[in-house]
Amino acid sequence: MDAAQERPAVYGMLAEFTSPQRLLEAVHRAKEAGYAAIDAFMPYPVEEISHEIADHKKSRVSAIVAVGAALGLASAFSLQYWISVYSYPLNVGGRPLNSWPAFVPVMFELTVLFASFAALGGMLFLNRLPRPHHPLFAVPEFERATVDRFFLLVKSDDEKFDYPSTRAFLEGLGPREVLDVDW
Amino acid sequence: MSPPGSSAAGLDADRILIAPGHDAATVTEKISSVVFGRTPKWMFAVWAVGFALVMALLTQLAKLLFVGTGIWGVNIPVAWGFAIINLVWWIGIGHAGTLISAILLLLNQKWRTSINRFAEAMTLFAVACAVMFPVLHTGRPWLAFYWLLPYPNTMGMWPNFRSPLVWDVFAISTYGTVSLLFWFMGLIPDFATLRDRTAHRSLRRLFGFLAMGWRGSARHWHNYEMAYLLLAGLATPLVISVHSVISFDFSVAQVPGWHATIFPPYFVAGAVFAGFAMVLLLAIPVRRAFNLHDFITSRHLQNMGKVMLVTGLVVSYGYLMEFFFAWYSGNPFEIFAIAENRPTGPYKWIWMSLIFCNFLSIQLLWLKKVRQSPLLLWIISFIVSIGMWLERFVIVVISLHRDFLPSSWDMYAGTRWDWAFYLGTIGFFLCLMFLFVRFVPMIAMFEMKHLLPESKVKGRAKAH
Amino acid sequence: MKESESLNEIRARLQGSRGASYWRSLDELAGTNAFRELLHREFPRHASEWDGSLDRRRFVQLASASLALAGLAGCTRQPIEKIVPYVRQPEQLVPGKPLYFATVHAVGGYATGLLAESHNGRPTKLEGNPEHPASLGRSDVRAQAAVLDLYDPDRSQAVTHLGQIRTWGAFVDAIGPKVTALKALEGEGLRLLTGTVTSPTVAALVAELRAAMPKARWHQHEAAGRDHVRRGALAAFGKPVETRYDLSRADVVVALDSDFLTQGPGAVRYALDFARRRKVHDLAAARRDGMSRLYAVESGVTATGTVADHRLAVKPTEVAHFALALAARLGVAGSAAPPFFADGERAEWVDAVAEDLQAHRGRCLVLAGDEVDAEVHTLLHAVNAALGNAGTTVIYTEPVEAEPVDQAASLAELVADARAGAVDTLVILGANPVYDAPADVDLAAALAEVPLSVHLGSHVDETAGHCHWHLPEAHQLETWTDARAFDGTTSIGQPLIEPLYGGKTAAEVLAVFLGRTLNAHELLREHWQTAWQTTGADFETRWRKVLHDGLVADSAAAPAQASVDAGAAGAAAAAIAGWTSGELELAFRPDPHLFDGRFANNGWLQECPRPITKLTWENALLMSPATARGLGLGDLTADGDQYLPTPVVELTVDGRGLEIPVWVVPGHADGALTLHLGYGRDFAGRVAAGAGVNACAVRAAAAPWRVAQGVAVRALGRRYRLASTQDHHSMEGRHIVLGDRFDNYLEHPEAYKPHLHVDPSLTLMPEDEFVYDGNNWGMSVDLTACTGCNACVVACQAENNVPVVGKDQVAKGREMHWIRIDRYYQGVDADRVEAVLHQPVLCMHCEQAPCEVVCPVAATVHSADGLNDMIYNRCVGTRYCSNNCPYKVRRFNFLLYQDWETPSLQLGRNPDVTVRSRGVMEKCTYCVQRISRARIAAKMEDREIRDGEVVTACQQACPSDALVFGDMNDPGSAVARAKASPLDYSLLEELGTRPHTTFLARIRNPNPKLEPPRQRPDHGAHA
Repeated sequence: MDAAQERPAVYGMLAEFTSPQRLLEAVHRAKEAGYAAIDAFMPYPVEEISHEIADHKKSRVSAIVAVGAALGLASAFSLQYWISVYSYPLNVGGRPLNSWPAFVPVMFELTVLFASFAALGGMLFLNRLPRPHHPLFAVPEFERATVDRFFLLVKSDDEKFDYPSTRAFLEGLGPREVLDVDW
Repeated sequence: MSPPGSSAAGLDADRILIAPGHDAATVTEKISSVVFGRTPKWMFAVWAVGFALVMALLTQLAKLLFVGTGIWGVNIPVAWGFAIINLVWWIGIGHAGTLISAILLLLNQKWRTSINRFAEAMTLFAVACAVMFPVLHTGRPWLAFYWLLPYPNTMGMWPNFRSPLVWDVFAISTYGTVSLLFWFMGLIPDFATLRDRTAHRSLRRLFGFLAMGWRGSARHWHNYEMAYLLLAGLATPLVISVHSVISFDFSVAQVPGWHATIFPPYFVAGAVFAGFAMVLLLAIPVRRAFNLHDFITSRHLQNMGKVMLVTGLVVSYGYLMEFFFAWYSGNPFEIFAIAENRPTGPYKWIWMSLIFCNFLSIQLLWLKKVRQSPLLLWIISFIVSIGMWLERFVIVVISLHRDFLPSSWDMYAGTRWDWAFYLGTIGFFLCLMFLFVRFVPMIAMFEMKHLLPESKVKGRAKAH
Repeated sequence: MKESESLNEIRARLQGSRGASYWRSLDELAGTNAFRELLHREFPRHASEWDGSLDRRRFVQLASASLALAGLAGCTRQPIEKIVPYVRQPEQLVPGKPLYFATVHAVGGYATGLLAESHNGRPTKLEGNPEHPASLGRSDVRAQAAVLDLYDPDRSQAVTHLGQIRTWGAFVDAIGPKVTALKALEGEGLRLLTGTVTSPTVAALVAELRAAMPKARWHQHEAAGRDHVRRGALAAFGKPVETRYDLSRADVVVALDSDFLTQGPGAVRYALDFARRRKVHDLAAARRDGMSRLYAVESGVTATGTVADHRLAVKPTEVAHFALALAARLGVAGSAAPPFFADGERAEWVDAVAEDLQAHRGRCLVLAGDEVDAEVHTLLHAVNAALGNAGTTVIYTEPVEAEPVDQAASLAELVADARAGAVDTLVILGANPVYDAPADVDLAAALAEVPLSVHLGSHVDETAGHCHWHLPEAHQLETWTDARAFDGTTSIGQPLIEPLYGGKTAAEVLAVFLGRTLNAHELLREHWQTAWQTTGADFETRWRKVLHDGLVADSAAAPAQASVDAGAAGAAAAAIAGWTSGELELAFRPDPHLFDGRFANNGWLQECPRPITKLTWENALLMSPATARGLGLGDLTADGDQYLPTPVVELTVDGRGLEIPVWVVPGHADGALTLHLGYGRDFAGRVAAGAGVNACAVRAAAAPWRVAQGVAVRALGRRYRLASTQDHHSMEGRHIVLGDRFDNYLEHPEAYKPHLHVDPSLTLMPEDEFVYDGNNWGMSVDLTACTGCNACVVACQAENNVPVVGKDQVAKGREMHWIRIDRYYQGVDADRVEAVLHQPVLCMHCEQAPCEVVCPVAATVHSADGLNDMIYNRCVGTRYCSNNCPYKVRRFNFLLYQDWETPSLQLGRNPDVTVRSRGVMEKCTYCVQRISRARIAAKMEDREIRDGEVVTACQQACPSDALVFGDMNDPGSAVARAKASPLDYSLLEELGTRPHTTFLARIRNPNPKLEPPRQRPDHGAHA
């Protein structure tokens, strides 16, 4: 259809709600209505909503963290072993070159360090952050998304998106108001 | 959806975590107002004190670098003095932060939310103070600060991984880094809030930069919560490990009074003990000054009091066990160091004050009346902070000054430069705290909102 | 430019000042800001180094010293010095390879033969001369420190007249007419004042002078002289006779207030001979040869007393009474036991000793210290005669001195004449009477009466200040000297370096008065040519040999026919019987290190803890704890109190008084005080300044050593901090110094070892991780032989460039010595001390070293030949290693202790050893530089390192062979044999550190009559 042909006039459409309860219902309704490219915005995490939006999929952060941890552990031991046994083999107080029990603390620390970086990095990566500019920031009312308002966004690249009907649908959800998000 | 405050109805003041009558907007307003408001007069007084002490710190550092560690009281046999005592003291203080944010998070202790941001900041600043000591107490700091790191160099030399001091380098730096990540991650949504609330253009840019484009999207929250949880899960063993590693500095050595297996748990307990004392020491005045009684409620203070009581008792148990181990080991050197020299030696007064501060004084916390009184809590916290410093003095100095050969026994006393260094770091800490309280939301806004009754939603049964 | 200006000002200001005020003006000067600026410009590092602990007085000392360095005159334009490249290398001289030359070190006239190690023409270390009878390769603490005197920046550096700088030539010209005038008067009014002279050359020159000027007089003065010995011998034999002992033949020795093992002309040799009779670690040899026995009766605690098998502490007068009692018991004519020893415990003591002596007639020895009264010496000559010791253990020879005189009388006479105006010209050679003469001999006043006085001295000292001319005296390593040893053996002292400050010798000054212009070298050769009656080639060959050997063959003093005059002995006995011991008696003694104060400006000797007191930098009034309590000073030995400053008292002797801090010495005789000479120097230099109190202030010519009556002590209520290196004196029942009785040892050799409830061999370590299959260096320390004399400590300091840190730092517990001698008191309590134990402690070079494991940068690790290496350049100074070292042998440079500025001190450093800087840890290396030298030599000859080829500095110095070093892998090596002994034990063995330095348990050989064997062998370690 031609709407899909040329670029839609807007980035998407926002419905503003005053409570998470409302938003949650809106999300349910939108999904039932077959909208896929939707997102919800809230000043604090509301699990039910985010799970709904994520289609009850588990976050992939944990996998990334596991990799980080493994990497840290391996590098810590190999570093210490290589130094103490091959690169710099010294008779230190008659202790064995491979004094592995003495290597444990550093192994532990590096494991945690790498894993932690993986956690933050993974989160940012999966959220496609940092992102300084976003069409939503152009919407003045959206500022309250980080304070006390709850928003439902329907993106214009949703094949079900059709300006008048979608707007009508959102109005039907009983929001405080419905806003266009310009490019 | 219930009207604000109704959730508080019928709850006594000891149990509520957030005062009735608040909604997301008011919470945001109240907390961010500290950041956007004008600087109150008294804050400059705090700043002045901190700044003066920082000057003392700098003077001491100059003297230290030009003349040498000889300006301190250290000698042979007591080759470690104030510097190491202060290191352990600060690191200990640094523990409450991560503990509150991480462990209490995992334990799903909701009361943590209003103090965790604050405690985390405290952790970071305490670690910043702590790291000065191990580096600067060395004879040649200009080399020490990088020769302990395993980096390829033309000398073809590497550190000795058998030395607890190398473990310290990794433990402390990891702890500092992870705490920073944890702290920053918690701040991202609040930075976004500030970004969206400020009218000021440059501030908006600044907070926008720090918020990294956070939009509060459900997908963001989804990953965010998982990451935050994992970070907490990682930080928990870390916080336990750090002071264990610090304690290895002593327990791995064979000095009588150091060489004991109880050290790691006993140090960790001590750290939490000291940490909570410091949180109270700071939170009580701040709460009052910024009138945050709504968010840092009596329950918070009482819970922290309880934690102090428990960890304090664990520490006291540690003291008891030291005696037992000394006796049970049958090692005459240990027996002398623990059972004879500490309570009856030339430093007996320090040991006795320690017992008063860390064991006797906290017994008051059994009384609810005491736990309910911010003033008494504050005084006890102050005594405990001193007590924990004395504990490190007992461990470091009283063990070293009389070890194996009586011929080398000697006494130790800090010089004015030792004190300048110690007080100087306290000033440094104050200044950093000042900047934090003034320019960063000291309470996690989004988490507070999460505590609001209105945040509760009823999911509905899937109808298909 | 600016700098030179300010220097000029200073010089200008100095021109005005003269004589004694000279140094004072320096002090004032040092106070001025202009000078401080200059000093900061000149020595920025020092300036910044001084922290609060450095009070103004010290500042002034350093200031004046550094001025002295600046050279006062003409340091703005340096003279042009042509340097010569090694185009043709001098014969023998290989850069980096030291050369050794024989030379001497004379104290109080008596010489010890030494070998000087010279690096590219700079003497850096002195060792004993194996050929020399007074040394046999060993040396003592003063000989070890002598090299520092050479480089002492405070040495007098210019000829001065009335405090103004002159030249040697100017002096000669000025004296010329005087000499002719004196000749005309046959030397009327010309007086010489010297110390004890044994130098044949000087003696010959004096004789020549007297021949030319018959009326000239020669006076001698030694503050710590041997008048009593001389008088004693003179009375006993009717003629001057030198007495020396042969301890190698003595089975039983009784020492009366005598520290013969560490003090006096023959000490080094005596210590060696004595120790050889007490080497018992080889069980078979011990069973065969037995062990000698030593009884000590003394008032103070001396090194000799501490190694004695039986020690009796009594007041100085009672020591004489003991001699009397012993003589009576041995039936020496005219003696009767005094009441004190007539009955009771002490009588038994006397009986037991007497029996023991009689059982060893001809193989025993009774001797008294140089300070003990002449009568006692006389009596003991009779006693030894009665015991048939004369000629066996006691050897009488012709005097070694050039002219034995009663020095007290000699000095008194000089002073009397001077005040009577009978002295026209006084030439003082090397003596410093203004400082060290007794209080009632007023030299200063006497000197004021003398029209022309000339002083030759190493420093611009107290006497120089009162003389018109001052001449810098050359150090023994700078010039040609000769001197005789305790047995008369003559040595030639060779110079190893040009005089640093144009110093002269006594001989050269005398030559001037003979109107001759010969230098020391020529004078010496001239004398010996006449003495040997050879010239030309024969002389040259003999001369070369003498220089090479360091001694003149068979020049020992001839045996003297000496028979004791019974009457004299009787008279002596009667005199002693007449003495009553006082409530509080005072004994003066030469300082164990500083002697009579001539070494006061030697930092090594000042900072080296005194053998018993462990005090540094200052003297104190020594007394027993009970005496201190009796004087109302409280219990100074209670735990904790030893850390407090000690009380200051006013000591008055016959109206003369001084203020001095008290130091309690457990084992000291009750009711007796000991005071050491040699401190309280006013004009000796920056080191000596402010160090201690001058004992001469209360010393009377009549009673130079023992004051029985009229001694009073009054507490002043003030307290003062003395710097002692050991505050705790009990072993706390720990197994530290182990020991046993000789008889027990023979029966159950291992019985002395404590039962440890841990097996040190238990370990989780893999045993075969590191094997030391090449050399495996180790050391064995014989606690039976060690006298605690400190020779090893200073030897180590000289060899390894160990810095001097000063009193303040020592008081803080930061002394830097790599080897220390721990001293423990053994006994029920501080009032009943059974034994004083010495234990040299150096790095143990543990195989499983606790220090190595904890170093974060691997700055201390193990070498393939079993050394615990310390890598200074890698050290960042965490001090963790020191904390984890159970022996606390590691030393840390808390400040910049090493003097990087003073040029003369730089000359004296050992180029083979790194000079450590601020912020690094250091410790004993087993003299690794000597090991490498031996290894290189061995490699070049393609052989193994021989046993005894590597000798550590401490081992080399030790007069009693207490230290043995070598390769433990070589079963034949001395150290391996020592470690095979049942007496071998490791310190703190239960820690499982596996030390390479081990100890040989201390064996005592008590008289069963006095100390019946116990059932259980004692572990030595119960205090």
